[in-house]
Amino acid sequence: MIRLQTRTNNSNAMVFLSPILALTLTALSTFFIFFLAGVDGFGAFYVLFIEPLSTKYNFSEMLVKAAPLMMIALGLSVGFRAGVWNIGAEGQYTVGAIVGGAVGLYFYEVEGFWVLPLMSLAAIVGGMLYAGIAAFLRTKFQVNEILVTLMLTYVAILLLSAMVHGPLRDPDGFNFPESRLFHDSATLPIIWEGTRVHIGLALAVIFSFLTYFWIKKHISGVQINISGSAPRAAKFAGFDENKAVWTSLLISGGLAGLAGLLEAAGPVGQLVPHLPTGYGFTAIIVAFLARLNPLGIIFSSLLIALTYIGGENAQITYDLPSSITSIFQGMLLFYFLACDVMIRHKIIFSFSKNINHE
Amino acid sequence: MKYQLELNGISKSFGPVQANNGISFAIKPGSIHALLGENGAGKSTLVKIIYGSVGPDEGSMKWYGDSFSPNNPFEAREKGVAMVFQHFSLFESLTVAENIVLGLDDVGLNDSIVNKIEKYSIQYGLSINPHQVVGDLSVGQRQRVEIVRCLMQNPKLLIMDEPTSVLTPNEVTDLFVTLRKLAEDGCAILYISHKLEEVRQICKHATILREGKLIKNCNPQEHSKDEIAEMMIGKKIIKLTRKNIKHGEEIFSINNLNLSSEDMFGVNLHDINLSVRKGSIIGIAGVAGNGQDELMRMLIGEDRAPHSTLIFKGKDISKLNSHQRRQLSMFFVPEERLGHGAVPNMGLDENMLLSRPSSSRMTRNHIIDWNQVRRLAKDVIETFNVLTPSVSAEAQSLSGGNLQKFMVGRELIQSPELLIIAQPTWGVDPGSANKIHQALTDLADQGSSILIISQDLDEILSLCEQVHVINNGKLSPSVDMESNGLETISQLMLGASIQ
Repeated sequence: MIRLQTRTNNSNAMVFLSPILALTLTALSTFFIFFLAGVDGFGAFYVLFIEPLSTKYNFSEMLVKAAPLMMIALGLSVGFRAGVWNIGAEGQYTVGAIVGGAVGLYFYEVEGFWVLPLMSLAAIVGGMLYAGIAAFLRTKFQVNEILVTLMLTYVAILLLSAMVHGPLRDPDGFNFPESRLFHDSATLPIIWEGTRVHIGLALAVIFSFLTYFWIKKHISGVQINISGSAPRAAKFAGFDENKAVWTSLLISGGLAGLAGLLEAAGPVGQLVPHLPTGYGFTAIIVAFLARLNPLGIIFSSLLIALTYIGGENAQITYDLPSSITSIFQGMLLFYFLACDVMIRHKIIFSFSKNINHE
Repeated sequence: MKYQLELNGISKSFGPVQANNGISFAIKPGSIHALLGENGAGKSTLVKIIYGSVGPDEGSMKWYGDSFSPNNPFEAREKGVAMVFQHFSLFESLTVAENIVLGLDDVGLNDSIVNKIEKYSIQYGLSINPHQVVGDLSVGQRQRVEIVRCLMQNPKLLIMDEPTSVLTPNEVTDLFVTLRKLAEDGCAILYISHKLEEVRQICKHATILREGKLIKNCNPQEHSKDEIAEMMIGKKIIKLTRKNIKHGEEIFSINNLNLSSEDMFGVNLHDINLSVRKGSIIGIAGVAGNGQDELMRMLIGEDRAPHSTLIFKGKDISKLNSHQRRQLSMFFVPEERLGHGAVPNMGLDENMLLSRPSSSRMTRNHIIDWNQVRRLAKDVIETFNVLTPSVSAEAQSLSGGNLQKFMVGRELIQSPELLIIAQPTWGVDPGSANKIHQALTDLADQGSSILIISQDLDEILSLCEQVHVINNGKLSPSVDMESNGLETISQLMLGASIQ
């Protein structure tokens, strides 16, 4: 019989071993799936995990994808610590792109160093206000934020579509549902010559460190943790529960909004209906892979970005369906969560027949 | 003579923990035998072995001379072992008779059952009506239902786990009458309790355990309460004495506090008035669920009180949150430890931050000084003998008594001018309880005031100079202890009108 026994203390060894174990299990399962699909396992493995790291183009594309994931996951991790489940980062991302993009288009052809900061600020405020709807409904009427944020995602996506079909449509664009291309002052500076890697990546890394220190050193960062783990204890400490809800939704909304603008003013270069590609949802996986640790999110966002690039390569080389990326991401999360159980528990194999229930 | 139950060298360990180590004792037929020990001394494991839900690693038992090794509770019941648990297992929406039938192994509901219930209830003074719905019964009445349920099986040995912890003093007296009658009729009773005064009243035999080992089999009536307590904890009990009772001016008052509870199962508070003077210890007694939780939430500041109902040092604090109240030197220890007074999955150091007045210097301009936090946590752990592997051990890894010492200590090192504490020693072993009581009297000796809300009447009577009783959301005026005080308190706890 196999059973789980709670450890008296968390195992420090497992804190480090669990991700390695999870990656190994994911790799083995991948191998097995390829075997079932009749694909050369070693070759596919190379295409998925090694090739994206071996050429400059693939590597830089991985960084480009990691930037928005990192930014959104950071905000979400704050909320998840507080027990505030913002599932609609995708919507806040979209609204951020619309609002920030609209500012860029308003100042079309106006040159100035202030255009991008102004667009970013607008995007952050846009994302915050959008997430603020959920915060308002939760604090005033106890409406579940999971439902509100999720449903508002679809509203945001339709709003984007309405905008690029209407007021923000490119006047010289032959009625295509797209905005104008952002002009130079409204486009993100590239930080790696010859690639699409933009300043958003640097921002995201800086934010990771800032969030880390905020959570460790500032009393409101500790409040977020306590509110999530033991709401009554938070009240006992004199923390305002509503403040935790507002703080975490505004932070996650603001960061998601900024990520949306970075994508629009970065790799995409304009507003298009298909701007939201699911980063807001994937970032949930990123946040949990990092165990909600802001510094861990730097690594987990790179890992998930790798599965995107590897998945695309596998589609091309082995003619595999596009859902291969989702399968990896799902397996990664599954194994990470499963292996993390070992931090608090140990597995006992017992073969004695004496089954005394206690 | 033959013993009803004999234990010989019973040992049982769970992993590295030796719960029972070579325990032997014997229970005579028709005797009331006490099983005493601190939390974790091995009492529950021993009872589980007798009741058949755990098998011993070593040792043997004899039942009236025959070998006895029940493999499960069913076999134990067949032999005649019955048990009344601390937490009742009754369906509130069913009648007394229905509940009793459900607990029996193979009978349906019929008139003969009802007759039998009535017969027992008359014979043993357990006045219950078989047709009444359990939801309408008081705690004491529910316990009688549990006892009758056991009697239906014609037990030879009745195990009672902490039976009086939920009862009012009058109900305790009634229970003792019942138990004595049962014993006279030949049923042995194994009586588990922390309340040594009661044990000395009704038990002629006692088995004292400590850390899984047998310390002594003795007659508790031949030893003083303190001697027994010392055997249980292995240390001298320090006598509680206030060295310096000096009542100053009023420091805190509750004025005409009314509150209708938002919770549908909550209790409404009616017109509560209380005055606390400097250097006094005031107790609020009462059966659980009579408004204590609602009052405590209001006092901590988790729920805001109506305007100018709470006055502390001349200031209206009704609308302040708990942190703002702590800044004024008002501190709190709630009843529930995990999830309320402490965050279960956080370290003791992090848990210090729940109570962080500026004077503690744990935060400066909202930035946490972790060195100071750990220094204070260490202080608490050392001053109050909290047994923990480290300052960063998770709160949930500590035993109840240790966590309680930590929580009381966390507030006490801030030298509160007013400490409000609910159930200071709930589920805490006598050694730790004694330490906590001592710390509280020391605090009051220094001129601070303490408000204790507790269901444990012994605790309130031994600590407080002024006693109030809360019943159904109403607080009685202070009880005059000089004239028949205990009787008045019992009446008030049962809801007698307040004069």
